[in-house]
Amino acid sequence: MSNMGDYDYLIIGNSAGAVGCIEGLRSVDKNGTVALVAEEDYHVYSRALIPYYLGGQITRDKLYYRSLDFYDRARVSVINGHRAVKIDSTVRVVELDNGSRLGYGKLLLATGGKPIYPPIPGLDKQNVFSFHSMSDVLGIEKELAAVQSAVVLGGGVIGLMAAEVLHKRGINVHVLELAERLLAPVVDATTSHLVEGALQKAGVTLYLKNTIDQVHGTERVESVTLKDGRNIPCDLLIVGVGVAPRVELAQGTDMEVNRGIVVDKRMQTAVPGIFACGDCASTYNFVTGAGQNLPLWPNAYLGGRIAGFNMAGMERAFVQGTAMNAMHFFDVNIINAGINVTGANSRDALGVIQEYEKDTQTYRKFILSEEGHIKGFILVGQIARAGIFLNLMRRKIDVRAFQQDLFKKDFGYADLPEALRWKLLQDDVILGVV
Amino acid sequence: MGRIKAKPEVCMGCHLCEVWCAVAHSKSKHIIKAFLYEEDKPLPRLVVEEKLPLTFALQCRHCAEPDCVTACISGALSKDPETGRVVHDPNQCVGCYSCVLTCPYGSIFINPRKREIIKCDLCAGLDTFYCVSHCPNEALVYEDC
Repeated sequence: MSNMGDYDYLIIGNSAGAVGCIEGLRSVDKNGTVALVAEEDYHVYSRALIPYYLGGQITRDKLYYRSLDFYDRARVSVINGHRAVKIDSTVRVVELDNGSRLGYGKLLLATGGKPIYPPIPGLDKQNVFSFHSMSDVLGIEKELAAVQSAVVLGGGVIGLMAAEVLHKRGINVHVLELAERLLAPVVDATTSHLVEGALQKAGVTLYLKNTIDQVHGTERVESVTLKDGRNIPCDLLIVGVGVAPRVELAQGTDMEVNRGIVVDKRMQTAVPGIFACGDCASTYNFVTGAGQNLPLWPNAYLGGRIAGFNMAGMERAFVQGTAMNAMHFFDVNIINAGINVTGANSRDALGVIQEYEKDTQTYRKFILSEEGHIKGFILVGQIARAGIFLNLMRRKIDVRAFQQDLFKKDFGYADLPEALRWKLLQDDVILGVV
Repeated sequence: MGRIKAKPEVCMGCHLCEVWCAVAHSKSKHIIKAFLYEEDKPLPRLVVEEKLPLTFALQCRHCAEPDCVTACISGALSKDPETGRVVHDPNQCVGCYSCVLTCPYGSIFINPRKREIIKCDLCAGLDTFYCVSHCPNEALVYEDC
């Protein structure tokens, strides 16, 4: 078959990780040849903006994550509408679904994830969508005008964002969650209950410890029967139970797969010259010290960027990734990062400090290690300057001397002990005294 | 590219930098009109940190590798390679607050009236750095680096 040429750098995938890689490697190597293989036939768009678009907050052109001339300016050859199907790492060639072959010097797998569809018969009907891709967006958009009642399967971040959007479009929304509370893997029980309250107050119906038993309808879903026997009529069904890493290309190779494609801190897989990042990868979590799937936007972009630096020969380590979310559901703003400890599952060596203010619905919780390092935090309601906490976490600062101040509304660098304050600010902040 | 340098040892904590930052980002650029008559009351893009007697003003550091840009889901935040400024495009911003989550200095501020953020733009398009030029004790200085 035809050989479409050799590239110094080849990127499979077209989202945050790919853009991070291009921007990273182009800041080091201006001349190397770069190609990108994109399965979808669209300019790079942000999946994270799907709820904002469907909610009517932004126009279609704002879905694009980079300007339309981004690839031209970065001198990247984009191969759209094709899927990579096989890697031959001995001769450094990637084969596409049309049989063409692309040679590479360094390869990045930024293949992302694919929405999980639970094994419930009937989820293949016309008005069933996930909340993940442009084809979902276009499909949902076509349905919206005629939808009166929608079922959202999954009470995680994606499911709840979908629920809010649909609710705002005047649709009766029913959210089904298998666990006993919303957002269970992401936040603690107190936060879950605050979110549940916000959704219920808005008029979204929640069904906890519940899921779909049967889907009714021929070509289109007309109603669903729940495990508990209740029946919900619906004209739209959103499947938002999660995303599985796309690791197909790594399977059957020497790359290690542990849910995601395993990479070292340089984002390199077990096969030299092949890197991976983003939702398809299993990356270093600086809080736990373990490798794990961290499918979140900042991790994807930064992982790609670090991969790009290393691919171009500049050694850099990815040591800033952990679980982290900025979320909002109706009027509730939430920021969390690090490990999620909820009530009884607090490990012995970890201390939990928290404050909940009922009147203002604000909540702050910090998980501290024996050494006083922040291992995780949740902020609800009051999220201003949250990044300072993430910085304290990243720098492994012992916060015990000022831990009560963490609950101050206007907590900042002034609240840190003097020596620590100037030490933290001196690297990047040019201050007069130090 | 430069940064605004804080001098805590001479800062009086008068908060005039906050006031003038707000003025700089108002429509009228007039200290009375801006706060009295403008529909969207202007907001400062820096904060005076205080633990008396210590006070110092802290604003966006225009980091070399900005975490806010990394985290931005919409491309609204970018680092201008020419000027080194970390630039925010409000038209592209959806107010997800990922930048608030990641800015190590807490220098991305939320406009409480809208789902949007505001940040220091180093007085882009203006003829002076308002916080610097209006600091009565020269506790803020612009430094090229």
